[in-house]
Amino acid sequence: MAAGAFAEAGADLELVGLHKRFPGFTAIEDLDLTIPAGSFFALLGPSGCGKTTTLRLVAGLEQPTSGRILIGGKDVTSVKSFKRPVNTVFQSYALFPHMTVLENVSFGLKRRGIADATGKAHEALRLVELDHLSARKPQQLSGGQQQRVALARAVVNRPALLLLDEPLGALDLKLRRQMQLELKAIQNEVGLTFLHVTHDQEEAMTMADTVAVMNKGQIEQMGAPEELYELPKTAFVANFLGQSNLFTGDVTNSKGDSIVVDIAGVKIEVPKDRAQRHTGEITIGVRPEKLMLHTEAPKKAPGVNILGPGRVTDVSFSGVSTQYQIAVPGIGLITVFAQNMVFGPVVNLGAEAWVSWTVDHGFGLLDEPEHTPKFSADTDTATIALQTRHELLAEIEEA
Amino acid sequence: MRFSLGKWLLPLYSALALIFLLTPIVYTFVFSFNDSVKSNIVWVGFTLDNWTNVCDAQGVCAAFVTSILVGVVATLIATVLGTLLAIALARYRFRGRSVISLLLFLPMATPEVVLGAGLAAQFLTAGVPKGLGTIIIAHALFCLSFVVVTVKARVASLDPALEEAGRDLYGSAFQVFTRITLPLLMPGIIAAALLSFALSFDDFIITRFNNGGVETFPVFVYTAAARGMPPEANVIASAVFILALVIVVVAQTTSAARRKRLARAQ
Amino acid sequence: MAFAAFGSTAGPVEQAPRRRSWVALVLLLPGLAYLALFFLTPLVSLVLTSFQEPVEFGDVGQFQQAFKIENYATVIEAYWPHFLRAFGYAIVATVAALLIGYPLAYFIGVKCRSKPLLQAMLLTLVIAPFFISFLLRTLAWKQLMADDTPLVQALKSLSVLPADGHLTGTAFSVIFGLTYNFLPFMTLPIYTTLERLDTRYLEAGADLYASPATTFWKVTLPLSLPGIVSGTLLTFIPASGDYINASSSFLGSAQTQMVGNAIEANFLGLLNYPEAAALSVILMGLILVIVGIYVRRTGTEDLL
Repeated sequence: MAAGAFAEAGADLELVGLHKRFPGFTAIEDLDLTIPAGSFFALLGPSGCGKTTTLRLVAGLEQPTSGRILIGGKDVTSVKSFKRPVNTVFQSYALFPHMTVLENVSFGLKRRGIADATGKAHEALRLVELDHLSARKPQQLSGGQQQRVALARAVVNRPALLLLDEPLGALDLKLRRQMQLELKAIQNEVGLTFLHVTHDQEEAMTMADTVAVMNKGQIEQMGAPEELYELPKTAFVANFLGQSNLFTGDVTNSKGDSIVVDIAGVKIEVPKDRAQRHTGEITIGVRPEKLMLHTEAPKKAPGVNILGPGRVTDVSFSGVSTQYQIAVPGIGLITVFAQNMVFGPVVNLGAEAWVSWTVDHGFGLLDEPEHTPKFSADTDTATIALQTRHELLAEIEEA
Repeated sequence: MRFSLGKWLLPLYSALALIFLLTPIVYTFVFSFNDSVKSNIVWVGFTLDNWTNVCDAQGVCAAFVTSILVGVVATLIATVLGTLLAIALARYRFRGRSVISLLLFLPMATPEVVLGAGLAAQFLTAGVPKGLGTIIIAHALFCLSFVVVTVKARVASLDPALEEAGRDLYGSAFQVFTRITLPLLMPGIIAAALLSFALSFDDFIITRFNNGGVETFPVFVYTAAARGMPPEANVIASAVFILALVIVVVAQTTSAARRKRLARAQ
Repeated sequence: MAFAAFGSTAGPVEQAPRRRSWVALVLLLPGLAYLALFFLTPLVSLVLTSFQEPVEFGDVGQFQQAFKIENYATVIEAYWPHFLRAFGYAIVATVAALLIGYPLAYFIGVKCRSKPLLQAMLLTLVIAPFFISFLLRTLAWKQLMADDTPLVQALKSLSVLPADGHLTGTAFSVIFGLTYNFLPFMTLPIYTTLERLDTRYLEAGADLYASPATTFWKVTLPLSLPGIVSGTLLTFIPASGDYINASSSFLGSAQTQMVGNAIEANFLGLLNYPEAAALSVILMGLILVIVGIYVRRTGTEDLL
């Protein structure tokens, strides 16, 4: 960024054919990604998926093996880190321990020779509501305060692109939720492009406009949070973003807008426009909260899929909802989240139960079934384990 | 990493600094093979005689043995007293703790001449004859502070929960100390003992004020420096150097191997 | 490792000690008794000796207790150039050792971090001089700098050194020897702080528009200050009291004598104990004052 100038607005970030190899492993493989100016973009994935490496490449802290990085249309691939219009909120915050909060926040401004660095630093500290602590040293602040200082230190420079490297990872749950809202508010206020790296799916979904799920150095699926959740395209996304019940079977025929899949002899319908593949052996799924639990066999009706009967093997109460595990012979364990509308569990442990869901809620995945483990593969041992546990508990109670 | 003053400048500068550090060592080693009779200054020719007949030079072996004796006894005293002090300072809070810390720092901040002259003045006033005993007393004194600093760092890095777990598992205070605290402190104590032996073995200044005619190896070298150094002195110094180097390298490789094994086990 | 002795602050937070203090007393007593007997009492007897006066018609080396404060005036008058040289040489040697030692410590502690084996090897080379006799090392330099060596010949042919000049016996050779002998004491504490330096701070500097040079001045250097302070103290204190390098049988001459030489000569040669003691007391006092000011100025009191 030119000395003394602030970015007027966020800038586009474009990654073209990016590769990063470290001795012994490939962190990023052929990554293409465009993040539009002004958006809040989250890179979501498990640790080791390459998301942090991507961030470090954009910041200029690592050099790509091949490929290009463009910020606001300008190729910055070979631009040194300290000359890029990018700032980072580090996972460890990396607040300079020998400087006060104010000195930390004005550090970048002073390096670029911006007038009234101290005044602007105070302004940024007011934005994160920490101006009253500006004379303290970082180690005198709590984790949440340090995080806000780190944010102020980055935002004060008005970078075209702000990189957030799991900045909320070290905070406890309540503080994390609060900071998520604050971050979102600050992004709205300053209008910068945010690139947020996280392994917390809830964090990604509540904050970002667009979420890209990364796995093994590549992007599995990208889109708005609702879209990703409602219509996951791969088993990885279906299970990394929330939970899913997945079943594998052959497509037997298609009728109208739906395809019919044979799951252990039961015909299950999936809407064509929600299935990635329409022939052969495919994996289909449904979210646990979309399932209805019945204690008597529900009547067959058009537009409704039914599985059962099975046996309830586990009931766990979690406040808002109750989670049931139902072992259906030949299919395996099915998870159901039921809202707690009445007192106490609706269905008791060991009871016979059926599940049903509206056809429109199902989805079909892109994965080749041989790459996804069949859901029923090891459920039997799990069921046995659960039943043994309950038997033992019963014995203990009797004794 | 690219926080460098040019790619080659720093390695080159460091290499020169290391050459600077090592030049006199190489010189001493090379001249241990010099076929000189009295003063080992001019290169005469190569011989192994100095190595095979080290004790031929008058007094050199006796001085060496004295230095070893002084080093071992002084190290024992300093290590025992220093370890106790270190545990007390790192594990207990009591009044005057900072005064004691300062008292332990002071010997390190006192120039050796002053330490030596002070002890000598003390022995003079008290009428104690100087000799082997006074050398050992002096050596144990300046080694003590170094032992405390080294062991204290180890005690401070020790998780107190380990001792609590020992007590929780029915260990008496004494058992906890001998079976848990002491073994865990051992690497620090050994490091402190080695450091203290090295300091004692090489000390000249304080020894000079308190030796009363007893010749340690450095005292031998000092007197020989005036009348001509026998190459056997170089042999002894080189042999000690090689031995110390072997100990350090073995310690480093075994600890590296242990770390690797731990990493693999995880 | 033994390097912990040269380490500085930033150790783990001290645990809140919990147990009964009579155990502490038992642990402390032997060590404190030793220090009282052989450190504090000698300092007191040094002060007492410094006020002694010769026994009338006594032998050389016979003194009696008095309050002869003139001893101090006498030694200051006779030896003030020795004091100047001691502190002058020590300061120059400390600065030289810092200039050599810091880059070396940085290279080993930061640059070689990704290669632990090389790092351990280089560190061993830094402490290698400890394993060989201090006196022999210094003698080696004396011989390497002797008048007929190729080094001196080369300097003479380049007119850096006049034709009748010497390297040994000069202020240069004494400072050279001091720098050499205390270089590991400078390098090791700096190494320990740099080795712990979190490189993420350097990344943060680069992220905040600081060039590598600015990052060094604004981040690396201040964060390694504790190591620099320990290193300069561990170099300056022994260097200012040293008398080996400056002695005529090693790298010095009659013109390069430092306070240490004066103390040694008075105590062991002339058996003039009161003057040797007075010189020691002044040296000790000056060092404490200098160290005190230095530590306060660098804001590293907690180091002690």
